[in-house]
Amino acid sequence: MSLNHYLVLSALLFTIGVFGIFLNRRNVIIIMMSIELILLSVNINFVAFSSYMGNVDGQIMTFFVLTVAAAEAAIGLAILVTFFRNRATIDVEEIDTLKG
Amino acid sequence: MVADIIFYLFATITVVAALGVVSSKNQVHSVLFLVLAFFTTAALFVLLGAEFLAAILVMVYMGAVAILFLFVVMMLDVEFASLKKEAIQYLPLGIAVGVVILVEMVVIITQVHIEPNSMVAVAGEVTNTMEIGRILYTKYLLPFEIASLILLVALVGAVVLTLRERKRPKQQDITKQHARTREEAVELKKVASGEGAS
Repeated sequence: MSLNHYLVLSALLFTIGVFGIFLNRRNVIIIMMSIELILLSVNINFVAFSSYMGNVDGQIMTFFVLTVAAAEAAIGLAILVTFFRNRATIDVEEIDTLKG
Repeated sequence: MVADIIFYLFATITVVAALGVVSSKNQVHSVLFLVLAFFTTAALFVLLGAEFLAAILVMVYMGAVAILFLFVVMMLDVEFASLKKEAIQYLPLGIAVGVVILVEMVVIITQVHIEPNSMVAVAGEVTNTMEIGRILYTKYLLPFEIASLILLVALVGAVVLTLRERKRPKQQDITKQHARTREEAVELKKVASGEGAS
């Protein structure tokens, strides 16, 4: 099993994540799940390189990616719950109160 | 040979599960597909010799993050069908962008040839977990501490964002209650006989 197999798998997952953001443009929860998929593909990249280069530094980086992903999911979902409480919708098109 | 078959099996499951996440009609199914994608990725990590990360992925991602998503999906009473109805109009653009990204990445990946060098660190009696522990608490000590701070900020931030204080008529303010001292709360009066306290 060569490194390139893992890299292609990671590229596929990344693409599906980006595709998911396009496809579910109005649903925040699916967008956040797509972001999780993208971060997962990054993790696969890190671990594959770490394994094939014989160096654990990549796996340490995966820890930090995991930490930030967990924090991002927690904060994002908290914002989502607060928004739903105020506006009773999670449609991205409706999130325009700031008129940016 | 067996490793090849296992890799292709798990890789296929991962890709199918990821497609399920983004294309599922039901949100709960999406979350469950996400759990499946995480689990098969953990299996791939085991295949790569990163057992500790595989365990962490199962515990943190499947046990915490995916279940958090599941809670939120079930808690919010949203009509998902209405959010989905215009999805078809973004399909061509999504496919176009996705194909461009995929082709670019695959072209770059197939250009590089990295010689496997895995015998360097794997040799010896050191397990994956021990190796990670050694490097995490020495070389990466400062980033490790910063990561813990990020988690603390996320924890406090999530609580602050979702905490809602209701004003009730007879609400007890614990902080105020504890801040009271004897001097301001109790007053001793000498009551003279026949006059009463005022």
